[in-house]
Amino acid sequence: MARIVGAITTSHVPAIGGAIAKGLQNDPYWKPFFDGFPPVRDWLAKVKPDVIVLVYNDHGLNFFLDKMPTFAIGAASEYRNADEGWCIPTLPPFRGDPELSWHLIDQLVAEEFDLTTCQEMVVDHAFTLPMALCWPDMKWPVRTVPVCVNTVQSPLPSAARCYKLGQAIGRAIASWPGNERVVVMGTGGLSHQLDGERAGFINKEFDLQFMDSMTSNPAWATKYSTTELVELSGTQGVELLNWVVARGTLPEKVHKEHANYHIPISNTASGLMVLEPVG
Amino acid sequence: MSIGKSRQPVPGTTIFDGEQARKGYALNKMCYSFNDAGNRRAFVDDEDAYCAKYGLNAQQREAIRNRNVLQLIEAGGNAYYLAKFAGIFGLDMQDIGAQQTGVTKDEFKAKLLAARG
Repeated sequence: MARIVGAITTSHVPAIGGAIAKGLQNDPYWKPFFDGFPPVRDWLAKVKPDVIVLVYNDHGLNFFLDKMPTFAIGAASEYRNADEGWCIPTLPPFRGDPELSWHLIDQLVAEEFDLTTCQEMVVDHAFTLPMALCWPDMKWPVRTVPVCVNTVQSPLPSAARCYKLGQAIGRAIASWPGNERVVVMGTGGLSHQLDGERAGFINKEFDLQFMDSMTSNPAWATKYSTTELVELSGTQGVELLNWVVARGTLPEKVHKEHANYHIPISNTASGLMVLEPVG
Repeated sequence: MSIGKSRQPVPGTTIFDGEQARKGYALNKMCYSFNDAGNRRAFVDDEDAYCAKYGLNAQQREAIRNRNVLQLIEAGGNAYYLAKFAGIFGLDMQDIGAQQTGVTKDEFKAKLLAARG
């Protein structure tokens, strides 16, 4: 039986890619952010995942508004990064796991999550940068399954729906007959708003409550509508829906292995957590 | 005011919903094309021709000409696609934030830092 050995949730702003390309990890501006990751790498070396199921949102690299799936899942043997318009170096390709992808698709559709399946899919910074933060040598020792959530065009899936999707992914992984050790990643947020007169909005109090809820009350965010989440966390802070999916894959009780929170990277409050299932 | 009753209940914020997505389709489609370096060059080489090719309306064309983010949002632009337009000019998110909030870049950065409390 495949087993989820933990979850990593992190922010994913494009500027991280620029900082990596320029080697700014120890620059005073970036250090408090990058310093969050060595403990994540130590933990990964300990739990030795075979597969990463990575929940993120595309920002207009793979999907445009012509076809905008609410939930999409990769089913390819390889996923490539590509230019997003900012000349940030593209990262090496990622191995897929089509067998596990199709198992997830079968199980999730049977549970009435009607995902869009993608046998070709390019992955943007929300996928690639968290991977590069976990494996700075970019020699990925894992296979990957991308799960993409629409946080671009309203109506977005509700936090309650995202949490249930995570629970269904958790059940689907547990029913896979392989021996894989799986880490689920959820990337995005925390509070930030790029657009409008409210640009620069950050809500530390909400972020810290949200991070606390990941251990103390995992369904806490599901009481909010997506509009309320925009009000509380910003138009792009609502990317925290990807954290909610990742959290849903774990049981009620979790152990917080590691956490970091820092304001700001670019316009964003960055959050990072490593959670392990208990029991 | 109870949130959720109005279509746009959050002050200073345009939620990118179906109405915005329809209004901004041509503009966002052009910005989406800027993923490609050749398209970015083509825009810089002949902005009028490039905008015409994507069928921008007068409001969108004017907002692009003005490099004005609030006008681009008003014309249906979405932040994620507009970021690719901003990238052509080497503008980062603090430049964009400062422009929209009417402050200098340093003032905008100070505002972000102040969120530490």
